[in-house]
Amino acid sequence: MLHTLVVYVENKPGVLNRVVSLFRRRSFNIDSLTVGRTEKPDVSRMTIVVEADEDQARRVVANVYKLINVLRIDDVTNEAAVTRDLALIKVGAPHEQRSHVLELANVFRARVVDVAPESLTVEITGDEDKIDGLLEVLKPYGLLEVVRTGIVAMRRGAKLSTEAKPTGPDVIEDGNVSYSV
Amino acid sequence: MASEKKTLTGSRILWECLEREGVHTIFGYPGGAILPAYDALKHSKIHHILVRHEQGATHMADGYARATGGVGVAVATSGPGATNMVTGIATAMMDSSPIVCITGQVGSKLLGSDAFQETDITGVTLPITKHNYLITRADEVAHVVREAFYVAKSGRPGPVLIDITKDAQQSNAEFDWDAAAPKMRGYRPDLSPAKAEYVKALELIKNAKRPLILAGHGILVSGAEMEVQMFAERASVPVAMTLLGLGALPASHQLNLGMMGMHGEAWVNTAIQEADLLLAFGMRFDDRVTGNVKTYAPNSKKIHIEIDPAEINKNIKVDVPLVGDLRKILQELLPHVGAVDRREWTARINELKGDSAVRDIQNLPDSGHLYAAHVINDLWRETRHSDSIVVTDVGQHQMWEAQYYKHETPRSLITSGGLGTMGFALPAGIGAKVARPEAEVWVMPGDGGFQMTMCELATIVQEKIKVNIAIINNGFLGMVRQWQEFFYDKNYEATPLISPDFVKLGEAYGIKSYAVKRRSEVIPTVQAAREHKGPVLIDFQVEKEDTVYPMVAAGASLHEMIRRPNPLMETGDDE
Repeated sequence: MLHTLVVYVENKPGVLNRVVSLFRRRSFNIDSLTVGRTEKPDVSRMTIVVEADEDQARRVVANVYKLINVLRIDDVTNEAAVTRDLALIKVGAPHEQRSHVLELANVFRARVVDVAPESLTVEITGDEDKIDGLLEVLKPYGLLEVVRTGIVAMRRGAKLSTEAKPTGPDVIEDGNVSYSV
Repeated sequence: MASEKKTLTGSRILWECLEREGVHTIFGYPGGAILPAYDALKHSKIHHILVRHEQGATHMADGYARATGGVGVAVATSGPGATNMVTGIATAMMDSSPIVCITGQVGSKLLGSDAFQETDITGVTLPITKHNYLITRADEVAHVVREAFYVAKSGRPGPVLIDITKDAQQSNAEFDWDAAAPKMRGYRPDLSPAKAEYVKALELIKNAKRPLILAGHGILVSGAEMEVQMFAERASVPVAMTLLGLGALPASHQLNLGMMGMHGEAWVNTAIQEADLLLAFGMRFDDRVTGNVKTYAPNSKKIHIEIDPAEINKNIKVDVPLVGDLRKILQELLPHVGAVDRREWTARINELKGDSAVRDIQNLPDSGHLYAAHVINDLWRETRHSDSIVVTDVGQHQMWEAQYYKHETPRSLITSGGLGTMGFALPAGIGAKVARPEAEVWVMPGDGGFQMTMCELATIVQEKIKVNIAIINNGFLGMVRQWQEFFYDKNYEATPLISPDFVKLGEAYGIKSYAVKRRSEVIPTVQAAREHKGPVLIDFQVEKEDTVYPMVAAGASLHEMIRRPNPLMETGDDE
C-alpha cells in the first residue's frame, strides 16, 4: 500500500540527495516526493509517498530517522490528514467540445488557466483520487500534457505536527529518546 | 578550559582538532590536494604512518579502532587517493567500526569542473559512510571535525568522511575549540526502550524453557562483556557467538557454545533451531548466521537488544525489541533476572555436542600432512596466555581461525565480517599493533588475500612494526574452491593460485621469513617468531584441497549442515 511520510530536514545542500539515495539504496520505491520551505528558514519539509507494507514502512521510517540531517519523520498514513496534489492538464478542446470540457472542469472545481484555439489548460488541486477522477473523464477529449506536483500532507486539527507524537523514535519528558515498535 | 581564540590556517586547525580528540597516529598517503595539510603536520605532535596504498590506510584505521574502541584516522588526497579508500570505508561501515577519513579536494572554485584529480568523493561514499562532509571554508573545519568524531563513535559507530578543499586548508580562520562543540539537532543516538518493552522481555525470559543468547559485535562496541556474562550465569542461559562476537565471552566459559552460522558448530545451530527463546544481544541476524530465514528458529520467541532501530525486524521478525545501548539495557534487566533450573536444556545441548566433537580434525593422529586447523590450534596453544590479537583475512582460514583459535578476551580477534574484504588482515593488523603496542599481533591471511595488500610489508619495515604474519597458503582461493567443489561440480575455474616464494619476498623487504610444511615444525617456528624482535613472516604450506566443515549451504536451513566426515575414514584415505 502507499504510505505518506512527512519528513523535516535541515535546510542544507545535499540533504535531498541523502534522503533520496537512501530510498534507492534500500530498494524502497518512491511514488512521489515534494520538498519545500517551512515556517522556519533553516528547516525544509518533505512529503514522501512510498509503496510499502507496514513492516517496510517502519523500516523506511527507522532508516530515514538515522540520517544525520533528518530532524523528524512521521508516517501520517493512518492519521487524519489533509493531502493535496496539484495538476496542470492540457486537454484537447476544439470549439464544438469546449463547453463539455468546461462543464467537467466546473464539476471538479478546476480552474481554466490557459485557453488556445484547439486546447484548454486547467489547474486542479485536491487529493489524488479527485485528480485521477478528472483525468479519467477528460481522457476521451485527448490529454495533450499532464503534470502533477505530487502530494503535500498536513495533520488535521489544532495540533502542530512538531508537537504530536511521532511514529518514529519518540522524545519523552526527560530528554531521553524512547523507541518501541 | 577557558575559551581561547586564535587565527590559524584550516590545515593547522585540522591537526589541532585531531590532537584534542586524542589522536596520536594517523595513516595516510600525500598528494596534491592534501599537501597544505601535510605541510602543517610539522606543527603537530601527531605521528603520520606512510602507507603504500590508501586502502591500507583505511584498514589500518579500522584495525586501530577495533583493537581499542577508539576512532582511527586515515588521510588521502583527492581523486584516486580518495577512491582507493572506498573498500576500507565500506568494510568499516558493515562492521560498525568508527573511523574518520580525511581527503583533500580540489580548490572550491574548481569544484564540478572535472579538474585534475577531482572526484565527487562525498557523492561516491554517501551510501557507505555513516555521514560525510565537504568543507569549502577554513572556518568550518573545527566544528565539522568535532562533529565527525562524535558521529563516528556514538550510537552505532561507523565511518565518517571529511573532504576538505585545498583553499579551505590554506586560508585562515579564527579557531575556537569550545565554540565548535557539536550542536546536532537531527542526531539523537542515545535511544532507550520504552518501559513496557522491558516488562514484556522479562516475562518471556521468565517463562523460557530453552533460551539461548546470540552474542554479537554489539557487546564489544557497548562494552557489555561483564553484563552479558552475569546475565548468562544468573539465568543459566547458554551463549552462541557470531563471528564478530568471538571474545565477548571467554571461549572456555562453560556456557559458551562457540560460533553459530554458516560455519558454526552443528550443536550451536541445532540448539538455535530448538530454542524457545532467542536473546539477540548486539547482533543483526545476518544471512550468514540465519541460513534460510523462513525456517530459522521456528519455535522461538525473540528478544532483540540493538542500538540501531533500522535493524529491528529487518531480517527476522522479533517479539520484543529493546532499542538502545546494550550495556545500559542489561543493567536494567539484570536485577529482575532470577536463577532457573535448566538441567534438561543443558543436557540436550551436551548430547548435541558429543556427536560433533568426535568428528574434530584435532582428534586425528599426525599423518604428516599439515592442516590449517593444526596450524591455528598450535598457534593458539602457544599464544593463549599472552595478550594476543589475531587479525584474519577472509575465506577458509578465517573460518578455521574462528573454530580453532579459542578467544578468551574481547578484541582479540579482528576480522572483516560483514563485507568480507580480502586484503584486510595485513593493514588491519598494522593498525591494531599501533593501537596496542604491548599486544602480540598475529596477522593471518590466506595466500590470495595477502597478495591484495602485501605492499604494506614496506610500511611494517619503514615503521619498525612488530607483527607476525602467518600465511595460510593452500595454493587456491580456498573458500571459492570449496564452493566450486560442493556446488559447481569441482570446476575449479580461476581458483588455483600461483604465488611468489613468500620467504624470498619477505627477505626482500628485510623481514625474517620461514616456510613450514610439516606439523612438527609449527610450534618451533611460532616460538622463533615470538622471540624475534622484528616482524616475521611464516608461509604455512597447508593441505591444498581441505574443506571447512560444518557448512550450511547458502539458502539452506540452519540445521541442514554438511557435516564433518568421520575422521577415521579420512585417515584411511590419507595413508
